Order: sequence, then structure tokens, then C-alpha cells
Amino acid sequence: MDLEYSAEYEQYRQDLRKFLDENKHRSPGMVGTAFTGEEREKIARDWQALLIENGYAARTIPKEYGGAGQEPDPLKAHIIAEEFARYRVRPGHSGDNRLVPTVLDLGTEEQKRWLVPPTLRGEMTWCQGYSEPQSGSDLASLSTRAHVDGDDFVINGQKIWTSGAQRADMIFCLVRTEPEAPKHQGISYLVFSMKTPGIDVRPLVTMTGEATFNEVFFTDVRVPTTQIIGKRGEGWFVANNTLKYEREGLGDPNQAESRLREVVAILERETVDGQRIMDNPVYRDRLLRLQGQVLAMKYNSMRILTSRSKGEEPGLPRWIVKLQGCELNHQLAGLVIDALGELGTLYYNSPLLRDRGMWQQRYMMDLGLIIGGGTAQIQKNIIGERALGLPKEPKYAEVSS
Amino acid sequence: MDFALSEEQQFLQSTVSDYLAANCTLDRVRDCVKDFQTTDPNLTEGLVALGVPGVVIPEEFGGTELGYLEAALIAEALGGSIAPFPFIGTSVIAPYLITHAGSDEQRASLLPKITTGEIQFGIAFTESIGRRVTNPTQANDGRLSGEQTFVIDGSDCELILISTEGGEVFVVESPAVEREELKSIDRTRSLTRVKLDNTPCEVLPGTVDDPTLLSHALDIGRIMIAADTLGAAQTMLDKSVEYAGERKQFNRVIGSFQAVKHMCAEMAAELEPCRSLVWYAAHSVLAIPSETHLVACHAKAHLAEVGQFVARKSTEVHGGMGFTDLLGLHYWFKRIGLNRQLLGTPDQVREEAAQAQGW
Ligand SMILES: Cc1cc2nc3c(=O)[nH]c(=O)nc-3n(C[C@H](O)[C@H](O)[C@H](O)COP(=O)(O)OP(=O)(O)OC[C@H]3O[C@@H](n4cnc5c(N)ncnc54)[C@H](O)[C@@H]3O)c2cc1C
Repeated sequence: MDLEYSAEYEQYRQDLRKFLDENKHRSPGMVGTAFTGEEREKIARDWQALLIENGYAARTIPKEYGGAGQEPDPLKAHIIAEEFARYRVRPGHSGDNRLVPTVLDLGTEEQKRWLVPPTLRGEMTWCQGYSEPQSGSDLASLSTRAHVDGDDFVINGQKIWTSGAQRADMIFCLVRTEPEAPKHQGISYLVFSMKTPGIDVRPLVTMTGEATFNEVFFTDVRVPTTQIIGKRGEGWFVANNTLKYEREGLGDPNQAESRLREVVAILERETVDGQRIMDNPVYRDRLLRLQGQVLAMKYNSMRILTSRSKGEEPGLPRWIVKLQGCELNHQLAGLVIDALGELGTLYYNSPLLRDRGMWQQRYMMDLGLIIGGGTAQIQKNIIGERALGLPKEPKYAEVSS
Repeated sequence: MDFALSEEQQFLQSTVSDYLAANCTLDRVRDCVKDFQTTDPNLTEGLVALGVPGVVIPEEFGGTELGYLEAALIAEALGGSIAPFPFIGTSVIAPYLITHAGSDEQRASLLPKITTGEIQFGIAFTESIGRRVTNPTQANDGRLSGEQTFVIDGSDCELILISTEGGEVFVVESPAVEREELKSIDRTRSLTRVKLDNTPCEVLPGTVDDPTLLSHALDIGRIMIAADTLGAAQTMLDKSVEYAGERKQFNRVIGSFQAVKHMCAEMAAELEPCRSLVWYAAHSVLAIPSETHLVACHAKAHLAEVGQFVARKSTEVHGGMGFTDLLGLHYWFKRIGLNRQLLGTPDQVREEAAQAQGW
């Protein structure tokens, strides 16, 4: 065990800090600024380009696809995540952390050149068309159909909970192409423009009051048969590749650590009957309990990182991150809400609002993350079955409807 | 950056675990503790042969001085096998204090005898954690008077380390004090009440002007207790997974019922990050001492909470069998239960952690 970073990495960190000190004013602010939507988008795109140029975003994606073309190095990736969180500067993205790695792993050369560079630049944005009204956790039962007609797939059906569909340029979408095959073997993974005729997007307002996700309806949507990632009937395998990358991003301990600092700040600032909330033994104790969990998750992630940098599969420490991390974030927000009493319930730009209402916003959003990307219950099934080796549930006699 | 155990560390832990699996079976433990015995001479001999009591003692005094992470790995193995062996006090806290606060003479006379298993220490620090008696121990002219409750490993010891309010630590010979055995839920370790009446003592001179030595010793002890709980809870989880994979009801193994599977998954999800917390805390003792106090408090408190959760859920997974003496799961349950209260309850150490951060 040696927690020091070698000189090479220390230098890397120093260079990154220097970069952030010099450039952080160019980063997009987290919340509402004085700019118009278009100006904000340009700021975000310029920021992304600057980060790629300096190797702080899209690090390991080859240069020919618009990335920084560097060797995979989990420690450098970690240093980047840590420093951006410390500076509270918006990190860059690797395009879309679900789609890009999948295309790079399983797409054709032509697809890589078509999809990856504009995605990295932020000029091609994506939504994920997986869930359907009757197929959520049981995703493989999905029923949106696509049949081949000439050189096209013709798609009919409905998706739901499609985050960002109202703004996205493109969708990666699971459709059933082989209706007779067993459910896991009849699915294909297609990519197409959201401007394709026959797509109807209807926003769904979430509990936070914002319309972050949508219903998406497909009526005779024609997509060239070349726009399939992987082979026909292998979409389930391709989709699982995507989910693997998505889940890794949920429950990040860096986020919990910076959120904990914000919790401390507000508990030190706010008072009840003239007493700082921080001096109230009940809230102090709750805070400290959560800090213990944050530390445990932080060191757990160091362990994962070490395994990765040695090329080993981290196992159990990795399987638990989404479940534990999302819950922890939710609890941190819940603590602040409780500590604020009635103030904690204010929302909708109310007078007396604290921290722009972000604690309620987060408390609700985190609940969405506990459900989305594989619910907490599904995570527990996965931990029980894959990590602990417990038997699967016996199959329910298949009901045909 | 390398946050993993070295091959040597893994080897050390598996050597101790394997030894315990063979020589510290539940039957042996039952047999040992049935008359409120809390040490097993055969076990002590075997662990001494493996070098366990010398793990933090300098080589010049016969130890191996491997370090505190290694000590925590041993504590974890001991907790995993509910071993009746006075490790935390005799093999870790006492050597730490004698090495850093003892006189040359004390070091030379005491440390080698710890490595050979000739002397064992009781640890009487309740004065410094939360006094529950009305007559605190006081030092007067080289003699101690007062009362010490909850002396850890005080029943079979030759010497007792006693702290007083100001953070001074004294060595007292056991026969010179009046002792009374207390009976906690956990029969694998002893708790003793000690009365001192003008009892001759020797101070560890380093503690006279430096109270941080005692608080550092407490932190190290807390890390070891956290590690012991980690081991005990891991065993309870392993037993649960094994049982859930074998026991059948309604023609199914119960582990295929989600209610049971999810209890197991929750135990694993809570416990696994604890391992990293314990490693980090133990590693910090030598590598990042400025962080030790904070992470020791957190390790102690968090393991107390997760340990309690696992102890309870594991018992439930085993159904009525979990509640019986027959299965013996309760030995782990009780080990975790005692650990929770020793050297500071969870709320108490969390408060210390808050103060350490200026909150
Ligand atoms: C904020 C948010 C964003 C999302 N974004 C997208 C997106 O962009 N694209 C997309 O395709 N989808 C998206 N989703 C959908 C998400 O993946 C699904 O909501 C999720 O997989 C659960 O499916 P469901 O909603 O149909 O719930 P159901 O599957 O009906 O689950 C209902 C309840 O039953 C439980 N349950 C179901 N099956 C089991 C089982 N086998 N064992 C135990 N319990 C079970 C669940 O845990 C849950 O408690 C998003 C969801 C949220 C909340």
C-alpha cells in the first residue's frame, strides 16, 4: 500500500491545476447565467474543445475519431475527476459515456468516423431509447418492432422515460427485429436522427417540475439498415455493453465528497433559535454518520482504481457503487432538508429559498437516479447473483398474452 | 498510488486465518469459554509461534515490527474466528505505548516478554473515554487509588495499563489490585473491574508531558476493534450466503427468494466499503498520522453501525436456527456487540471526529 502518487503523476496534477487556474473562467457555469441558450451552448462546446486539445476530455479516444488519443491510465482519469471536482469546474465529456464506448467497441469503421467526432465536439447529442411502457426492468421484453423493407428498417412502437429526447439530435434505440426468436435474441441496436419523419416526442414532466424525459412514438420511421450497431438480433449484447458504461458513472464518490462539503457549509451558516445547526447534536451526529460512509466509499473507489490500473477486474467493490453511491447522495440532500425545517420545503424560486432550491431538486433527482439505470432492487439482484453467487429466481411459467 | 494489500500482507492474513480455521473452531471456542475463560493456552502458544504478539514491536526487542495495517489484518482474522486471544491490548496498545512512552528499561524488560507471550496486559482506559464511576483513579506519590471499570482483557493479565484524567499512563502489577470479573455478552473476551488502594505503580514517562500519546493509542485501539468487527461481520455474511444457498423452503433454496437475496446483497454492499475504510485508517498510522484521529473515529463508528446491521440481518437469514445456541452464530453477534461499545460508543467517537474538524 502506497498512497503517494509518483512524481510523474504529481507533475500531471500540477499541470492540470495550472491549466484550471488559467482557464476556469472559460468553463460553463453550473446554473443559470446571463447568457442565452445559444451562447451557453457555444461556451460549452468551446470548453469541450479546449479540454480535448489539452487531453483532459475524451482522453483515451483515438485522435482519428476526435479524441485526445492518450494511453488508458485510470490514475490520470482519477486525478482529472478529482481536480475538476475540487475546482468545481464542469468536467469535459467523452461525448456520451454510454454511446461512444459502445460504438468504439462494436461499431464499424464507417460508423466510428460518422458518429464519434461530432459527438465528442458536442455537436451531435444523444438520447437512449431503451425503456418502454411495458418493459422497464424487464427490458428484454421490449416490443417496439422494426421490419426490413428494401434498404430500410421500418420502426413502429413507443419508448418512454427517454431523457433529453426533446433536444437530442440522435437516438440509440433498441427494437425487436426477430419477433419469433427468444426475447434476448430478437433485439437490434439502431442509431438514427431524431429528425427522421414519423418520430413524435412528448415531454413528460417529472416530480422536480422540469420535463427532463419524454415519451417517444415511432410511426413507420425509416432507418437505413446500415445504421445498426453489431449484428441483427445481437442488440441485447450491444445494449449491455452500453449499460455497463452508464452504471459506472452513477454513484461517483467524488460527487458525494463535494456534496458533503456543501452540506457542512450550510449547517455552519444556518441557525435555529440563534444556535448554529452544526451545534445541534442530532444533526451533527447525522452529518458525521454520512461522512463515515462518504469516506468508506471514497477509499472503496481507490481500491477499484488500483485494481483497474493493474488490469484486474475489481469485483464486489465495483458492483456496489451505484446502489450505495446514489443512496448516499440522496441521504446527504435529505439531511439538509431536515435541518432547514420549513425552509427546507421551499422550491419554485420562492422567497427565502436557500441555495437556489438545489437541496430539494437533488433530493428528488437522486431518487430518479436510484430508479433509473437499473433500480436499487435490480442492483441487489445483481449483487446477490453475480457477486455472491446466490441462485436466480426460478422462472415464472411464461405467460402468453 | 497503490491501494491494495501487498503479497506479503495477503500471505500474513491467510496464514493467520488458516491457522485459526484449523485451531480455533467454534467447538474449541465453546469449550474454552464455558467456564468464563477468555484465553486458550494452546491458541496463545500457536499465535505466539506465528509471531502475532510481536507484530508492531521493534526487532531489537524480538518483534517483527510489520506495522499497523498488518496488525489490523490480524485483528480482522481474529474477529472472523471469534478468537479468545487478547490481541488489541497486549499486542497493539501496550506495545505502542511502551515503545513510544516507556523508559529504556521498561522497553527492554517488557517488550520481549510480550513477543513470547509471557506477559499479557489489561487495558484500563475508561477514565479517558467516559467515566461511569464516582471515584476516578488518582495518582499520588507514585501510588494509585480509585476504581477502573471495564478493563479490557483484565482477567488473565500480569500487568495493567491504567490511564488517569490528565492522560498519564501507569503500569500496575495485577496481583496488587482487587479484581472482579464482569460478564459481558461476549464470552470470548474479558471485562474486569479493578479497585486500587494506594497501589504501587510505575508511570510510562513519555505520557507525563504528552497526552497525545494516550489519544493516539486509543485511536490505534479503535482501528483494531473496527478490524475485528470487519472480520466478524464478514464471517456472518459468508455464513448467510452459504446457508441461503443450501436451506430449502417451498421447494426452493431460500437464497432464490428476493427477500433473502436482498438481505445478503445489502450486507455485502454495506460491508465491502468498510474494508477500504479499515485499511486506510490502519495504513494512516505510520504513513499519514495527521489523518489518523479522524479516520480512526470514523472507522470505529462506521464499523459499529454496519457490524450491528450485518449481525442482525445475518441472524434473520438463518431463521430460528440463527437464534439458537446450537448454530453458535450468536458468538459473532456478541463479539460485534461488545466491539461497538469498547473505547468509545459510535456517537461518542463521531462527536470526537466533529471536534477534530473544528465543527
Ligand atoms: C431519471 C430517469 C431517467 C431515465 N432515463 C432513461 C432514458 O434516457 N432512456 C431509457 O430508456 N430509460 C430511462 N429511464 C428508465 C429507467 O431505466 C427505468 O425506469 C427503470 O429501468 C425501471 O423500469 P420501470 O420504470 O418500468 O419500473 P419497473 O420495472 O416497472 O419497476 C417497478 C418496481 O418493481 C421493481 N422490480 C421490477 N422488476 C423486479 C425484479 N426482477 N426484482 C425485484 N424488483 C423488481 C423495481 O425495482 C421497482 O421498484 C429513466 C428513468 C429515470 C427515473
